[in-house]
Amino acid sequence: MKGKTAILEGSRAVAEAVRACRPDVISVYPITPQTHILEDLARFVSSGQLKSQFVRADSEFSAASIVYGASAAGARAYTASASQGLLLMNEVIYAMASTRLPVVLTAVNRAISAPITIQPDHQDTMSLRDTGALQIHVESLQEAYDAHVQSFRIAEDPEVLLPIFICMDGWVLSHSYEPVTVFPDEAISEFAGTFQPVQKLDPAKPLTYGSYADQDVLMEYRYALMLAQEKAREKIRSVTKEYKEVFGHFDGDLIDTHRTEDAEIILVAMGSMVSTIRAAVDELRAEGRKVGLVKVRTFRPFPEEEIIKACGKAPLIAVLDKSLSVNTGGILATEIKAAFYGNPVQPVIVPFMAGLGGKEVNRRVIKEIVDIACRAGDKQGPRGDTIWMGLDHGFFS
Amino acid sequence: MMDLLLGGVCKAGESKKLETGKWRSFRPVVDRNKCIKCGKCADYCPDSCMEIKEDGAEVNLYYCKGCLICIRECPVKAITKEVEEK
Ligand code: SF4
Ligand code: SF4
Repeated sequence: MKGKTAILEGSRAVAEAVRACRPDVISVYPITPQTHILEDLARFVSSGQLKSQFVRADSEFSAASIVYGASAAGARAYTASASQGLLLMNEVIYAMASTRLPVVLTAVNRAISAPITIQPDHQDTMSLRDTGALQIHVESLQEAYDAHVQSFRIAEDPEVLLPIFICMDGWVLSHSYEPVTVFPDEAISEFAGTFQPVQKLDPAKPLTYGSYADQDVLMEYRYALMLAQEKAREKIRSVTKEYKEVFGHFDGDLIDTHRTEDAEIILVAMGSMVSTIRAAVDELRAEGRKVGLVKVRTFRPFPEEEIIKACGKAPLIAVLDKSLSVNTGGILATEIKAAFYGNPVQPVIVPFMAGLGGKEVNRRVIKEIVDIACRAGDKQGPRGDTIWMGLDHGFFS
Repeated sequence: MMDLLLGGVCKAGESKKLETGKWRSFRPVVDRNKCIKCGKCADYCPDSCMEIKEDGAEVNLYYCKGCLICIRECPVKAITKEVEEK
């Protein structure tokens, strides 16, 4: 299908996609840097372009609770947040996932205080990784648009029914301008379908949401989330495939790869950093260096099999993390190491902290990472220490 | 046992099946000779399991979780506790 290509701001691209998916309820609490998304949606509602209940909340806790209630009542529900706002939503997101409410949430990734900051990294959504919500990390504005359109179908599938986060880096994606191809609202609406809840709040058939469960079944409800995320794997594959057939765009399903075939070192990363790595890989390839890229697109469900397959026989893997589990290291790297446990091919995995708190990661830094990884390869075993890029050691003296 | 649906949702009224009495380690025992049927225990019971009958207060042991608030509130000390052994 032919769309219209325009230079859009990241937030606007998201708002365009969400408008066309026609959520019944949007709850908002403004936090930088996702404010533009909700401002644009507010404009669409006030101009009559979008018929949604637009509910302003007094905090992110309320904003999340409003979409929880809306989804329980059978509405297609959407909200957006970032950083501290996501942390304040944390309790509600756990309940949302366990109650199986397929809310779509844009998480504009940003570091966590203190010191107070507005710079991008992945600490916020990583702190919510165990909630049961799905997480798709996008690398470009086009992907942000595409992923939002796909997200409603994935989350609302009767076999999935989980909240979904579309994660996009603050500023670098939310406030930058790129060419984005936008498709007609009717075509997007048709693709996104409508939410058909399997159960909902209805005065004629009263239900209790948030009931009590004892030790005999609580574990079962947590395990049900494991099963639902397994179903989500298949759904993400089929929805992204269908999106490609209809709209001609494919940004990866659970992962995406770039020049991995004969690679001797593979870089693994998520979010906007991936686009930078693509460019760096092409430049290094032109110099004859056998470098490849694996983009982790869905952090939940975690694509261990896909990553292992994509890395093939590559002897060296460098993982670039924008989030930290204090005293353990980069969270993505830790999960990748766990994925390789027991695998017949055992690459050396070198973990890098790159871009935490918005520290610059450009092509020069990526190339430096490749050089360090190649040198570290001999010494750095699976338990090797994280290498912190751009860390000012003088700061601690 | 409560019949829970997808996501821990249940039909309205389902929690009536929840046997909170299983949590009890002490059981309140009403001395009907002392009870003046004032109804204070029923008012304060957090699980609404005291009922004031013809001959005095009666505990519904399916729901009584043994918090013993009733003992504290009874103005004539008609309720005592016994260790629950089961
Ligand atoms: S012990 Fe607590 S639950 Fe039981 S009857 Fe007394 S007040 Fe009610
Ligand atoms: S509070 Fe004491 S006296 Fe009053 S009804 Fe209950 S048991 Fe009887």
